[in-house]
Amino acid sequence: MSDENKAMTKSELIELVSSKQPHLAFKDVELSVKTLLEQMSEALSSGERIEIRGFGSFSLHHRPPRIGRNPKTGESVALPGKYVPHFKPGKELRERVNQSYVESLQKK
Amino acid sequence: MALTKAEIAERLYEEVGLNKREAKDLVEQFFEQLRIALEDGTQIKLSGFGNFDLRDKSQRPGRNPKTGQEIPISARRVVTFRPGQKLKTRVEAYAGTNEE
Repeated sequence: MSDENKAMTKSELIELVSSKQPHLAFKDVELSVKTLLEQMSEALSSGERIEIRGFGSFSLHHRPPRIGRNPKTGESVALPGKYVPHFKPGKELRERVNQSYVESLQKK
Repeated sequence: MALTKAEIAERLYEEVGLNKREAKDLVEQFFEQLRIALEDGTQIKLSGFGNFDLRDKSQRPGRNPKTGQEIPISARRVVTFRPGQKLKTRVEAYAGTNEE
């Protein structure tokens, strides 16, 4: 985790995007961001990859079935295999994030 | 097949009613604002989808796998994604046979 601990929420992001698109109604920007995130969730839920050039790609990673244990009873339970979302940052995102970090270290 | 910015823009055109130019700009702006925030050291929390976190890695010893020569891997900051519970549950249910 970075030491600054700043965070941005979905509603703050919507306000920011809206401020950059002043010709669009706020509710249209809000609906667009929600639609976009829903479409990304739908893609992953149906096993489809997402490739956003300059940002990164999302794919599914498979977790094989395993034997788990009920922590209360100690009993073994067979857990089925499952898929989990995985994000791989793209080149531009990696470089921009790292470059500004390295520059901030040099200023210290 | 993979979902791309072009398809996302197409859906905003169809469902939200933005014109094609506006839809394309909005998708571009959305990801650009995420990059700017992360570049600025800001974590992003998109409820229902997931969080983009930043991790600072200190310098560590490395090796050129070809030559075996020792070269330090410099301090760096990396982006990680932690899917939210809602997305995890939806994806877990996927039992298809498509590869990754």
